Amino acid sequence: MRLERRSNVPLHLVILAPLAAVFTALLLASGLIAAAGVNPLTAYGEMLRGALGSRLSITEMLTRATPLIFTGLAAAVAFRARLWNIGGEGQFFVGALVTAWIGHSLGVPGWIGIPLLMLAGMAAGAALLAGPAFLRLRFGVDEVVTTLLLNFIVILFVGLMIEGPLRDPLAFGWPSSVPVDGNYRLPDLVPRSRLHIGLLFAIAAAGAVWLVLARTVFGAETRAAGLNASAAEFAGISLPKTIMGVALLSGALAGLAGSVEVMGVTAGVTTTMSPGFGYAGIVVAMLAALHPAGVVAAAVFVATVFVGADAMSRATGVPSFIADVIVALCLLTMIVALLFTTYRVRR
Amino acid sequence: MTKVLELHGITKRFGALTANDDVTLTLDQGEILALLGENGAGKTTLMNILFGHYAADEGTVRVFGQELPPGLPRAAIGAGVGMVHQHFTLAGNLTVLENVMLGSEPLTRVKSARGEARKKLMDIAERFGLPVKPEAKVSSLSVGERQRVEILKALYRDARVLILDEPTAVLARPEAQKLFETLRDMTKEGLSLIFISHKLHEVMAASDRVAVLRGGKMVAERKTAQTNAGELAELMVGRKVERPVRHDHQIGAPVLVADKVRIEDGGQTQLDDVSFTVHTGEILGIVGVSGNGQAALGALLSGLAHPASGALTLADQDVGHLGPRGMIRAGAGRVPEDRHAEGVVGELSLWENAVLERLRTPEFSRRGFVRQGAARAYTNDLIKRFDIRGAAPDTRIRLLSGGNMQKLILGRVLSNGPRFVLANQPTRGLDEGAIAAVHAELLAARAEGAAILLISEELEEAVALSDRIQAIVKGRLSDPISADEADPQRLGLMMAGVWTEDENAA
Amino acid sequence: MSDAIDLLLNTSLWAAVLRIATPLIFGVLGALLCERSGVLNLGIEGIMTMGAMSGWLAVYMGAPLLVGLLVAALCGALMGLLHAALTVPLGLSQHVSGLGITLFASALAYYLYRLLVVVGETPPTIEAFQPLDLPILSDLPVIGPILFSQSVPTYLALLSVAVMAYVLARTPLGLAIRMTGENPHAVEAQGLNPIRIRIGAVVAGSALMAVGGAFLTTAAFNSFFPGMVQGRGWICIALVVFASWRPGKALIGALLFAFFDAYQLRLQTVVEGVPYQLFLMAPYVLSIVALILVARRAEVPAALMTPYRRGER
Repeated sequence: MRLERRSNVPLHLVILAPLAAVFTALLLASGLIAAAGVNPLTAYGEMLRGALGSRLSITEMLTRATPLIFTGLAAAVAFRARLWNIGGEGQFFVGALVTAWIGHSLGVPGWIGIPLLMLAGMAAGAALLAGPAFLRLRFGVDEVVTTLLLNFIVILFVGLMIEGPLRDPLAFGWPSSVPVDGNYRLPDLVPRSRLHIGLLFAIAAAGAVWLVLARTVFGAETRAAGLNASAAEFAGISLPKTIMGVALLSGALAGLAGSVEVMGVTAGVTTTMSPGFGYAGIVVAMLAALHPAGVVAAAVFVATVFVGADAMSRATGVPSFIADVIVALCLLTMIVALLFTTYRVRR
Repeated sequence: MTKVLELHGITKRFGALTANDDVTLTLDQGEILALLGENGAGKTTLMNILFGHYAADEGTVRVFGQELPPGLPRAAIGAGVGMVHQHFTLAGNLTVLENVMLGSEPLTRVKSARGEARKKLMDIAERFGLPVKPEAKVSSLSVGERQRVEILKALYRDARVLILDEPTAVLARPEAQKLFETLRDMTKEGLSLIFISHKLHEVMAASDRVAVLRGGKMVAERKTAQTNAGELAELMVGRKVERPVRHDHQIGAPVLVADKVRIEDGGQTQLDDVSFTVHTGEILGIVGVSGNGQAALGALLSGLAHPASGALTLADQDVGHLGPRGMIRAGAGRVPEDRHAEGVVGELSLWENAVLERLRTPEFSRRGFVRQGAARAYTNDLIKRFDIRGAAPDTRIRLLSGGNMQKLILGRVLSNGPRFVLANQPTRGLDEGAIAAVHAELLAARAEGAAILLISEELEEAVALSDRIQAIVKGRLSDPISADEADPQRLGLMMAGVWTEDENAA
Repeated sequence: MSDAIDLLLNTSLWAAVLRIATPLIFGVLGALLCERSGVLNLGIEGIMTMGAMSGWLAVYMGAPLLVGLLVAALCGALMGLLHAALTVPLGLSQHVSGLGITLFASALAYYLYRLLVVVGETPPTIEAFQPLDLPILSDLPVIGPILFSQSVPTYLALLSVAVMAYVLARTPLGLAIRMTGENPHAVEAQGLNPIRIRIGAVVAGSALMAVGGAFLTTAAFNSFFPGMVQGRGWICIALVVFASWRPGKALIGALLFAFFDAYQLRLQTVVEGVPYQLFLMAPYVLSIVALILVARRAEVPAALMTPYRRGER
């Protein structure tokens, strides 16, 4: 048995791949659901109902999808250039922290403040990833480990800040940061729900990222650098500038995720406000085969799984960790599916 | 005479390509057989099948009368077949002894018998005249020494049949001479040998028999004594491919001047005070065995390496400190040595590769956005002008053959009207037809007044194309001689470091 | 200040160093073995989590402690097999596959734990490994309580360092593994199978990682809770680079790191006014600093992360 490179990738395979991957993941996970003594079909039914069964659940799901779109874009942009940004979680938090911090007492009207705070969140996220990127460029230090370790450092730092300088005196029980000013809360997209206009920003971001990657010189250089760094360098593309540019963009997107989440949902920062948005973003990016358009669809899917699993757990007793299992399986099945789009199996 | 090797009806396909087509080959005891063919003829594939790196789709392999199970190097080694690969299969970070010993002991053994292994290695080294230091790290060895280790690896496993794939690609004439003497001695010790080559003079000088492969088929076998270089050349290529001929003409003013350039890399001197000048309408050929500083010279002229001392000027502009983009802007066109590694991005389309070097020029971008229409039109133009076959602007470039890929690279360089062109091993790995096309383009550029520096390991090519020739040995350049003075003798001596003028560089 | 120095003279600090180092030693050795054969295994964090959970669960269900370690090793080996299957014969991205394994193994561990164990107010506990005083040796002054009053897994960890060092340097198998990480084509050219060697190394390395995780739940603590591995796996990946891929240096790195961790814990009780988070951050910051210091002269196995495709050169 041998793998043979395909000369061209038929479009139907590209679309089929994530569907096959998701199906396989759900199939494998159904074994675990059965082990809990629950009929998998019932469980998945409850999951779908829980996420899409009512107006409220759909808005909840989309609220959950919003940060995933941003972190998914962040991972996709970085991975295309072979910059392994696993620090989405940390970049999310610094974006959130900076937004709450500055936004608490900014003092300008909402329509100026919101964009400003979004920029601040982007700057914070970009700055955080710039460090590991610099270490890679200058010292050859693998960014996988540095970005990962930074996640832990950032969470501890956030805890430090919200128990200290940024403490919210009005928070009961669970420590929270001071909330961002009411003027800077994002308006609801759907009234009487948690869904805010941040979703539109996210979709717009996906469009913008697509434009940059597909049509700009920077996007072309990024693509070349990710596919063949020596050839890119030979052609006069500055690898350090390109990598750093990618890092800044990727970090900014993840930071924006945190910023929008604060302004749209939580108002303040807690250490538990992210159920792994950063890591889930990586799965979203892979399911989308690193395409910005696919990121939106993949984020909706992952959000469906997470929101649905909570409801399913309440209804059937299957531990809600099944959501994490399904999402992780999707990542693994997706890379296998992608393999089959690039290679054909031959005797 | 006993048949040591019998390959019968070997066929091997890779997708749509038939690399070996019903090939039959035999080897007698004590014989030296040369396997001859141009690039892409299927020689290495055939030997890889013999050694077990590949399994043939059809056909059988018999060694000393026993049929070999396909696709198992272990079986080939066990039957007495050894292979000296073109790209050495050695691990630089490990020692000579470790590289040689690997695989000779069962993996379940609790303690490696180092002492005995060392003794056996030294015995073999002495017996065959291939001295080595067992505890030396392979990365510290010269290319010739590494080849010795590669050979000893095979002999250590008691090889009775030795395959050598392009063994002289990395050796200078005297070293190559010595190698063939060693090979001849080996036959006296009972070994039988096959060596792959595309160099006619070697084949004529060192083999007993020649087998010629062309387009995957075995087209002829001759006893070496009963044939000549001319017949072999024609058999190899199959048709009379006329390589274009250089016509003498007036060369103009100096364009690219290097003055005592020194390049260091990690404590080692790669280029040692080299000086050369390339004039308008001239091709300056740099010949030498690979590994003597060509890579550093190529990097210097591409903008990837910078002089530690000395100066490099292009049209009177100091360019030594410029990076690739700067060199391109200064009017330098570069054809890299390895088109797959440096020349193109395989997964990108033809047009993306065609404009890769000029993305930031107003011709192909506006306000940060790529002008895709202009890029595609330009690529269509290149396809027509340079006869690039099997492709449209949106075709992924890795689907092109080596020759067509090289035409695109040449095209994007030459269509820009560069003042200076670096052609680094421009015909490596190409078949005769593509070689002729590349030569024609280079000569046409020369006629238009471009100053071209050609780095080549193929003497024939350098002599045919160059107006003047310099040899590079251990990072130093000989004084230039004109093409008329360049006979094989003289060039061979120059490449071995013997320069009539100043000190011996050897 | 003098309090801080006094802490250094306390033998219980140094005994704690060895204890804290144990999971790191197993983790580093496991990662080292994988990488020496040419495969980066970023699944380590998840594999350690899975090891922690499965080892604990086996004991909770009645198995003897050593069997618990064995069960953990088995689970780790299975995860390793999955990673190897994706990255070696299929040649998929080692980064992405490893991350997927970490996410999967962690999620699976939490799911199974929640499914099979009833958790009340506090998580259920087991009878953990107790320190095993070696006769005579543990009575030696100073080094007795530090070196010879450790638990069985710690002794196993130290033994593993010696075994791995010996195997890599002096056995034919070790040479084959090292060569696979340097040039798999050379391995094939000598009649061996680099794919099988890589798979074997990754499976064995993952088993070691899992045992390191199991130490956390069967010796260091006696219960399992989500997030308990706390990034130790990633720290091990950094330590492998710091150790130049050598078992002896890996031991030193693990001990050094454990020292800072143990010291920082005790320092908190002595130093006033500094938020505890800063102390907790120290290990991670140190890991990054260590990486920067050694990055330049890193003797990376030449074929690390290069997938081996037969016939492709």
